[in-house]
Amino acid sequence: MDIGVTIDRDVCIGAGQCALAAPGVFTQDDDGFSEVLPDSGEGERDPMLRVAARACPVGAITVTEHAT
Amino acid sequence: MTHTPLTRSPADRPEGPGRPAVEPVVEPLVGSVVDPAVEPVVFPQDRTCPYQPPAGYEPLRRGRPLSRVSLFDGRGVWVVTGHGAARELLADPRLSSDRTLPAFPAVTERFAAARNRRIALLGLDDPEHHVQRRLLVPSFTLKRIAALRPRIQETVDGLLDRMAGQGPHAELVNDFALPVPSMVICALLGVPYGDHEFFEAQSRRLLRGPDAADIEDARDQLDAYFGTLIDRKEKEPGDGLLDELVRDQLREGKVDREELVSLATILLVAGHETTANMISLGTFTLLRHPEHLAELVAEPALMPAAVEELLRFLSITDGLLRVAVRDIEIAGATIHEGDGVVFSTSVINRDEQAFPEPDALDWQRPARHPSARHHVAFGFGIHQCLGQNLARAEMEIALRSLFDRFPGLRLAVPADTVPFKPGDTIQGMLELPVTW
Repeated sequence: MDIGVTIDRDVCIGAGQCALAAPGVFTQDDDGFSEVLPDSGEGERDPMLRVAARACPVGAITVTEHAT
Repeated sequence: MTHTPLTRSPADRPEGPGRPAVEPVVEPLVGSVVDPAVEPVVFPQDRTCPYQPPAGYEPLRRGRPLSRVSLFDGRGVWVVTGHGAARELLADPRLSSDRTLPAFPAVTERFAAARNRRIALLGLDDPEHHVQRRLLVPSFTLKRIAALRPRIQETVDGLLDRMAGQGPHAELVNDFALPVPSMVICALLGVPYGDHEFFEAQSRRLLRGPDAADIEDARDQLDAYFGTLIDRKEKEPGDGLLDELVRDQLREGKVDREELVSLATILLVAGHETTANMISLGTFTLLRHPEHLAELVAEPALMPAAVEELLRFLSITDGLLRVAVRDIEIAGATIHEGDGVVFSTSVINRDEQAFPEPDALDWQRPARHPSARHHVAFGFGIHQCLGQNLARAEMEIALRSLFDRFPGLRLAVPADTVPFKPGDTIQGMLELPVTW
């Protein structure tokens, strides 16, 4: 099972909720946009991933699962 | 089915003071959601205990995601009390934050009379709101706030030193809870703290009146103050956020002066009043829950979880307001264009479907139920608090350091005589006499 995480930067308001909830998966760049950490392969299995996605106040984070 | 059109001015509305609260002009719309035989609950109400939702909101907690309440002028509006519905609606662009719309609800006479002026950021809808928010976000990222922590600690330690020197008595609101966030936001914005008596007094009038004239005059005074400060910053730039905005945005023509003045006012007022209330009410709550306090003192690593739980439990901004600009179907009800909507965060954050045993204060809640961080104490949707991570840092440092320095801290007067704020403004303590 592959897990994909995408962030819509047009929607992101820089609240930082994702990076606060799951710092192993998300970070904020200097402009406040959230990003998925490049080496978060392990982090994408982080139990907090979905909590972090749901914490986004504007629904900018999409988590997808697809069979490999 | 009638509803209040957006174009109708408040003066045209048939309801007004004196009309019985039991006859809301906007009738309950859906029988399954609202029982019209029941007299509507009045909103807002004063808390009976400063850390509990008003006892009079109890009927709102019984299983409905939304119901009807009656405002001070007899107008009926929707009140959202279910956590799921609140998240959905707070993120819905069909609800507007524009306070200048005639149908925008007002919770007091003074706000009704003083809403002719647009408010930056929190009074704007997207896309205008998004542009302003993006200007400010870089200054409030987790990294920037983490870098501010030593400065917050220094501010807190300085105030605690002063209290220790003058003790063993203090009035914690003025000696600690208010100056901590006030000094920090001044440093962040580049506002001289020496002017704090002036702007704290104006913030107080802006939020608490008592009259509409106070709100208008406080706004005028703050506008004039920031106008002068921005003039000065154009000539002698400093290193605060306002200086950056003057240099990068005002000079480049990306914001105009009026907009910048309005943003500065919002940042200053929102930046100190709210956190000050969380520190004072948080301290009072801890003093009234000695076992919880002892647990926290024994295990300081619990502090971030405790702050999150206090945010949920205390829900100090209880009554977020919106007006519908389109019809919205939700939970079997229809919110019509022109309907007012109020979000009671104190009730939403105790929805037992989202927060098991919601009335218990539990530092382990975030560890046991990771979704506990989905409380709406900072709001939700595009207007979720810009400064929330600064507020978290200030609360953690202030509460930890206060009880470290004064392990014997206690109330100096009986708990039931400590005055707290009325229901029509941000919740918190008016005074907090302590000793150690």
